[in-house]
Amino acid sequence: MTTTQTLLTATPVPAPPPRPTVGDVLFRIANYALFLLFALICAYPFYYLIINSVSANDVSALGDVRLWPIGFHLSNYEQVFQLPGLPIATAVSIGRTVIGTVLTVLASAFLGFMFTQTRMWGRKFWYRFLIITMYFSAGLIPVFIIMKTLGLTNNFWVYVLPFIVQPFNIILAKTYVESMPRELQEAAEMDGANIVQVFFRVYLPNMTPILATIAIFSAVTQWNSFQDTLIYITDQSLYTLQYLLYMFINQASSLAQAAQDAGGNLGQIAGEATTQTPTSIRMTVSVLVVLPIIFVYPLFQRFFVKGIMLGAVKG
Amino acid sequence: MTTQAQSQVVLQEAAMGNLSHQSKRRRGRRFTPAGGRTSFTLFLCILPFLVLAFLFSYLPLYGWIYTLYDYKPALGLAGSEFVGLQWFQMLVGSPAQMAQIGQVLVNTLAISFLGIATSVLPLAFAIFLNEVRAPWFRSSVQTLTALPNFISWVLVYMIAFSLFSSSGLVNDVLMDAGLVTAPLKFLDTDQNVWLTMTLWSIWKGLGWGAIIYLAAIAGVDQSLYESARIDGAGRFQTMWYITVPQLMPTYLVLLLLSIANILNNGMEQYYVFQNAFNKEYIQVLDLYVYNVGMTGNNLSLATVIGMLKSIISVALLLTVNAVSKRVRGESIV
Repeated sequence: MTTTQTLLTATPVPAPPPRPTVGDVLFRIANYALFLLFALICAYPFYYLIINSVSANDVSALGDVRLWPIGFHLSNYEQVFQLPGLPIATAVSIGRTVIGTVLTVLASAFLGFMFTQTRMWGRKFWYRFLIITMYFSAGLIPVFIIMKTLGLTNNFWVYVLPFIVQPFNIILAKTYVESMPRELQEAAEMDGANIVQVFFRVYLPNMTPILATIAIFSAVTQWNSFQDTLIYITDQSLYTLQYLLYMFINQASSLAQAAQDAGGNLGQIAGEATTQTPTSIRMTVSVLVVLPIIFVYPLFQRFFVKGIMLGAVKG
Repeated sequence: MTTQAQSQVVLQEAAMGNLSHQSKRRRGRRFTPAGGRTSFTLFLCILPFLVLAFLFSYLPLYGWIYTLYDYKPALGLAGSEFVGLQWFQMLVGSPAQMAQIGQVLVNTLAISFLGIATSVLPLAFAIFLNEVRAPWFRSSVQTLTALPNFISWVLVYMIAFSLFSSSGLVNDVLMDAGLVTAPLKFLDTDQNVWLTMTLWSIWKGLGWGAIIYLAAIAGVDQSLYESARIDGAGRFQTMWYITVPQLMPTYLVLLLLSIANILNNGMEQYYVFQNAFNKEYIQVLDLYVYNVGMTGNNLSLATVIGMLKSIISVALLLTVNAVSKRVRGESIV
């Protein structure tokens, strides 16, 4: 805009911008202020959790840590891993996120690719067979009974298997494959590659943007999932971090006990400021739960914003 | 696999719009591959995934037969007593049960309607953010406000707990300032539950919901704005006469889908926020099914409610789709 203006007026001094009216200025101030306020409301709770998890526990239990850490220390993070169940829950959460994401991404890409194969027997029918599952659900109880019948209750695979075939991801992958040149496949098959080789050697490496989108959504879903532990799992060794956090919020008394037990191990070195309190445990576990997302989210934001753009902007 | 995840997927798919049209491109070219794969071999490659979909989506439909039995998991279906339509009669038969179901339905609809009423907020958010000129400010706002969408409801509840419980930050600040003498009960109360639940949904979803509209705004033909400015349109006029109409198709698709999903609020949010004080007003259908079936151990009655809910939801979806086809000439599913 400025360049065209300078070109048109043909003077080195750019034309002065149109003078903003009073209304414009007021609008701009109000607009910026509102967005600043909302951004603060969204961000402050995360900041609050973090500063409290590294502050002196006796101060944070009183709720006096509001703007910056008071009595900075990191021993909460050392101690919290001595809580019963927490290391295992962390392992389960990481495990389901990694395995689930890898399998979901591979399956979505593979199915998306396969459904572009016009020679496949009953292709249209089977595509609809999968897509239609987006629109109905038998309901909580029948699904629960099937899971039980299949032996998936109290089984790690209940976290992974139901997530593998995701109609929406398949649509995304299929649309993406359709935008790639068909000649890729023809050339590879001339060289004697079979369909699986064509997929893994030729198509998969060229699908990165859409795979990244699917991966981030899948990873966030897996990491955040709470309901499946609640419904299908009673075995404590399969609890996830989310579930443990929920129990920590609701079981204040047993939590204090656990804190004392854990503190007992470190009794000699733990002073008032670093002795675990229910508040400090909750805050610390919360930060453990949210930290991966805070780190990963800005890195991948580009991808999924683009993924959404792909869909929302027509033509 | 949660209802929420599903509904989000449905939303996104709707936003993708004419997917089925796109898939019709690039067909027709057939060639015989050197690898000589038959079409049935190709099918065998995807068979394992079809089996998964069958197991987790189709097979459970068979479970609707439990509605006709007094199903006891220990006895299995063969050992359970066949009771015909007893559960359906029970649902409408006893006044107490009717009152409870009625309250659950009122909660479900109230929370859904509040959600629909506030569905213009992401739209407004996107339109006003588009008026912000500084790129760094825009992208920071976008990043920070979309962040809550990526955390679980458990963590949202944890945040609510540390900020709004009787010993939480907000009450602390209010007491310090001398504005209140006793802590306000934000969480342990049945007052304004529908409203507070809606506010938490907005906190979690507003920034993310706006992204789709921001993408749509980015796709608007810039010459529309230029010609409007030449015609002397001011800031608000371009917003009202250009941006808003351009976003309407996206908004309508999302609106219709939220109408189709009016009975599906999901249960996670309400499960984590429920307590002895707010239980009466927070129980939505999805949570009620869980409470009756899993906590109350009445699997058959819970299946009946879940089944009716699913059937009504699919019917609503088909209706809304038909309306969309007639009015806008475009189907949404």
